[in-house]
Amino acid sequence: MSAAEDVVTEAPAVEAVPKRAMTLGYGTSLVVLAMLLIVPLLVKNFIIFQLTMLLIYGLAVLALNILTGGSGQFSLGQSAFYAIGAYTSAILMEQFDVNYALTLPIAGVICFAAGFLFGQPALRLSGVYLALATFALATAMPQLLKLGFFEKWTGGVQGLVVTKPDAPFGLPMSQDMWLYYFTLAVTLAIYIFSVNLLKSRSGRAFMAIRDNEIAASAMGIDVALYKTLAFGVSAGITGVAGGLGAIAVQFVAPDSYTITLAISLFLGMVVGGVGWLPGSIVGSAFIIFVPNIAEGISKGLSGAVFGVLLFLVIFLVPHGARQVAIVGQQLVGKFRKN
Amino acid sequence: MLSSRQQRIAALATAVTAFTLAFTSGSALAQKKYDTGATDTEVKIGNIIPYSGPASAYGVIGKTEEAYFNKINTEGGINGRKIKFVTYDDSYSPPKAVEQVRKLVESDEVLLVFNPLGTPSNTAIQKYLNAKKIPQLFVATGATKWNDPKDFPWTMGWQPSYQSEAHIYAKYLMKEKPDAKIAVLFQNDDFGKDYLKGLKDALGAKSSMIVAEESYETAEPSIDGHIVKLKATGADVFISVTTPKFAAQAIKKLAEVDWHPLHIVSNVSSSVGGVIKPAGFENSQGILSANYAKDGSDPQWDNDPGMKKFVEFLAKYYPDGNKLDGSVVYGYGAAQTMVKVLQMCGDDLTRANVMKQAASLKDFAPDTLLPGVKINTSPTDFAPIEQLQMMRFKGEKWDLFGDIISGELGN
Repeated sequence: MSAAEDVVTEAPAVEAVPKRAMTLGYGTSLVVLAMLLIVPLLVKNFIIFQLTMLLIYGLAVLALNILTGGSGQFSLGQSAFYAIGAYTSAILMEQFDVNYALTLPIAGVICFAAGFLFGQPALRLSGVYLALATFALATAMPQLLKLGFFEKWTGGVQGLVVTKPDAPFGLPMSQDMWLYYFTLAVTLAIYIFSVNLLKSRSGRAFMAIRDNEIAASAMGIDVALYKTLAFGVSAGITGVAGGLGAIAVQFVAPDSYTITLAISLFLGMVVGGVGWLPGSIVGSAFIIFVPNIAEGISKGLSGAVFGVLLFLVIFLVPHGARQVAIVGQQLVGKFRKN
Repeated sequence: MLSSRQQRIAALATAVTAFTLAFTSGSALAQKKYDTGATDTEVKIGNIIPYSGPASAYGVIGKTEEAYFNKINTEGGINGRKIKFVTYDDSYSPPKAVEQVRKLVESDEVLLVFNPLGTPSNTAIQKYLNAKKIPQLFVATGATKWNDPKDFPWTMGWQPSYQSEAHIYAKYLMKEKPDAKIAVLFQNDDFGKDYLKGLKDALGAKSSMIVAEESYETAEPSIDGHIVKLKATGADVFISVTTPKFAAQAIKKLAEVDWHPLHIVSNVSSSVGGVIKPAGFENSQGILSANYAKDGSDPQWDNDPGMKKFVEFLAKYYPDGNKLDGSVVYGYGAAQTMVKVLQMCGDDLTRANVMKQAASLKDFAPDTLLPGVKINTSPTDFAPIEQLQMMRFKGEKWDLFGDIISGELGN
């Protein structure tokens, strides 16, 4: 193959993932679910809190996965939608005394609208240019939240302190444990919704656009509509994750939602495997726990250690957790044959 | 070998128990009281600080404190107990701060959280620590809200608050220049606003002395426009409530536009190396500021016993530490205050007693504070350092002048 051909046949930005390979089998799903249900009963509150954060970041990574793995669009601006969701929940809870569970759908709807609107100008951009446009959104957000104009609601730089909900109906459960199961329920609902979305007509439209935009429009798919729709859905789910995050951390401040968060989420998606929804939780575990491990190895060089670990992952398993899962499956298959 | 040690410990324990049972009543036992995190041999102290991320320059504070506690341990500890200092990175991110503090409390089981840094991080953990009744001692931020023993009896500040510092400038101006026309340039965030409020509170009825206020965003590349605008108001006092980069810009611009008001810069931007030198010594003559700690670069402290101890400590326990770095001086003073409180606690190492002792510091003077600046607290006063001294820039260094002034209002 000549060099010229190489350039022409450049691989698409996102590898085509067949929709079947996007989910887990029934058996495996049940095992994972059982583990998620039982583990909190056996561990300390602090670990439960970490698991809650795992689910919340998992949701945010899942949202990005629908956008990138599903419709082939990049975003480095997820932290902005996460922030809007978090602030919506916090403001509704603290300033307007709305029940925390009710704030989540509101956060989702507002973020869906924000994402859908942002998707409009983003239509003209693709690949790295889209990534840069969303990057701008992420850098702008913390400063917008600090603006004096919004300060009455947002608390400005000081942020807002959020009250943690108690378990309802007098359930004998700590606040942390209740919040965990609440988050788990929300996460499951959204996960099932996402899986079904990708299997539906709209999901097929997303994937057609991802694989080849021109072919998709030739088939009669409204490319503009589905691209913005993907942005909206992704932003909406991120917003719900943000709302849950605000309740779990009990505090929102502009400095919580910087570009670092957006990059972490992007990292989580790549580590989990682009386009493989169950990988979201693995990616989320990576962005929560690996920095702690890196810090344990060396305090002064924690950033460098994290870099090395990340490099190893990308080098050894470039397709992330999905690749590990496939290898695992093959091994199990072989074992059964013998 | 291990088993023989265990045997010895067991024997000792039995002997001690027998002794106490035989010769004393319950009262002797009651004198030694512990909460989670303290034992006969160890006191566990937790801390979070940004070792990575945008504010990682402050990580030096944590390292200095660790080195200071090592020094105390090498010298035999406090009342025979060694300090175990557990410090984690929060990258200056509030959600990470919550995670790390919960880890300290629920997994490492520390007695208290000492000197956590940053206003956002501390706000994020304040409610949690107060609900759990765990001391959040000597927080490393200048916000005024930490002095609130009624609502947050488990949280206490350390350094002078921004408002205290602003009070001092207001007091100085009302005395020395009662007909001043003041122009204020402030950073549009909690630091700037806290400061401005302090100025107005202290000026009280005379707050009309402030003829112009301009705010800037940290994202602005240059503040030249604001300076030109303030000059046009005809003010004769310029108060620069700025962070180092902008303070230096302001000093330069003032010289450029040939405006020579009485220039006051906030303490956070009084570093000779970080602000004055880049702005030019010739532009900085006569600038006023205030300080509460000794400056490592100032030769007048070369023979000061406190600073000598500080330099010896650096040489022996923290050779990487730069004595010119204000953060090192800061960490040393804060750690010394912590050790003082633990000494005062004696054998009653409960969280309630730690707070009680922290709230009864009387005229305590860490080695690195200016002579005359003393730490005083009470059950209604959770602001340890409230005094500063005015200083004027002359030649290539700051000259302290006047008395130590208290930033408290109403005296």
